[in-house]
Amino acid sequence: MPNSTNSANAAAAADDRSIMIEARDITKAFNGIQVLEGVSLTLRKGEVVAIIGPSGSGKSTFLRCLNHLEIIDGGSITIEGEPLATAVPGGPSRYAGDADVRRICRKMGMVFQSFNLFPHMTVLQNIIEAPMTVKRQPRSIAVPKAEALLRKVGLQVKRDNYPGRLSGGQKQRVAIARALAMEPDIMLFDEPTSALDPELTVEVLRTMRQLAEEHMTMLVVTHEMGFAREVAHRVIFMDQGRIVESADSARFFSAPQHERTRAFLGQML
Amino acid sequence: MGDSLSMDYVLSLIGPMAEGAKVTLSLFFITLFLSLPLGLALALARISSWTLLSTAVNGYIWLMRGTPLMLQLLFVYFALPFVPVIGIRLPDFPSAVVAFALNYAAYFAEIFRAGIQSVDRGQYEGSKALGMSYLQTLRRIVLPQMVRRVLPPMSNETITLVKDTSLIYVLALNDILRTARGIVQRDFTTTPFLVAAAFYLLMTLVLTWLFQRMEKRYAKFDE
Repeated sequence: MPNSTNSANAAAAADDRSIMIEARDITKAFNGIQVLEGVSLTLRKGEVVAIIGPSGSGKSTFLRCLNHLEIIDGGSITIEGEPLATAVPGGPSRYAGDADVRRICRKMGMVFQSFNLFPHMTVLQNIIEAPMTVKRQPRSIAVPKAEALLRKVGLQVKRDNYPGRLSGGQKQRVAIARALAMEPDIMLFDEPTSALDPELTVEVLRTMRQLAEEHMTMLVVTHEMGFAREVAHRVIFMDQGRIVESADSARFFSAPQHERTRAFLGQML
Repeated sequence: MGDSLSMDYVLSLIGPMAEGAKVTLSLFFITLFLSLPLGLALALARISSWTLLSTAVNGYIWLMRGTPLMLQLLFVYFALPFVPVIGIRLPDFPSAVVAFALNYAAYFAEIFRAGIQSVDRGQYEGSKALGMSYLQTLRRIVLPQMVRRVLPPMSNETITLVKDTSLIYVLALNDILRTARGIVQRDFTTTPFLVAAAFYLLMTLVLTWLFQRMEKRYAKFDE
């Protein structure tokens, strides 16, 4: 199969891009139930990777492990060359010190299914909060940056509204702007459109697509097959705590290799 | 002495009762000033993952809520001087302050704990994902949301405090009620009790109004 050799070579050439996230053999159990059974991932600069799979497949848990919202049992996580968690043979992974963990995780922004906006703060305050308290940015710098981000997500008119007054789609775009305000190198999306009505999903996906076009490194757990197919470079299919299949998105959808993947896609499409 | 319900008589009571109100209000404000921060500290200790600390605070709250405030008042004034090591003899008003502050801190701690725990876990996760530390998250995200939710129970508790201050009569402190009682016994009329009631009602009216204002201020965002 000369064709696949060529594409493998092309992939190898593209692999010169620096590695942003390197996760090796991540294992994780909740109350004795194994949720992740050795999940590995390499995410390179500028790459957009979609993780799909049925509920309970561990895809969200895996994403949350990457920025320390969950503690892994085994395996290692390296972010831009810095070890967040190191594998220890026969024991639980060893994490970096608290200060290092926070510093390393700051390279990643995260967008949640449930938005998690701060309800007692206006849209603008939500966006400038972390730059001001964490990065100690003066207000005079944080505010114009926040306003630029609001323009980018098309919500400058909502600047002084409270999140309670926004639609789900608007909330999620504010959440994206808020994460971007910390100037992360990587954006993690945990089912960003799953809580939204279909017509509101569109505006959020448009914003994410725009980010992808600006070469943001993105890892997206999603049920949006359209987004995975059109925007993601690579698609990972997870089931029962394992990665079943990982392929270029075109190939993933046109020629899924595994029976389980085909069955899942058959349900979704 | 004229008619015990005459305006002149009632007005003549205002002066001595206002003196009593000074004692009542001093105890009220000093108790709030001490028990609010102490209660917050206790609430945070109670929810801390350090089991020893949270168990100890649990025991403290049980002790404070499980015995009468009157008993605690008497204990601090009469029994504390004989307790080894921490034994200290306090004058009457400071004794009252200590007993009230320790007691009310326990109640406030439970109110604050409920308020803190009612803040969605997603708020902590959102803050953490933005790089905020636990302390920053508490100060900037959790506590402001807690304040709004604890206002109604806090209103209850502070109104109770206004009236609980009348317990200090056991230490012979001349608050509103003890002053009124003194005059009742002197003048053989119950009118001073009505005046005392008016004083308490006025104080709780102000408190109710203040809390309503605060609730409105914090309700500007809809969750």
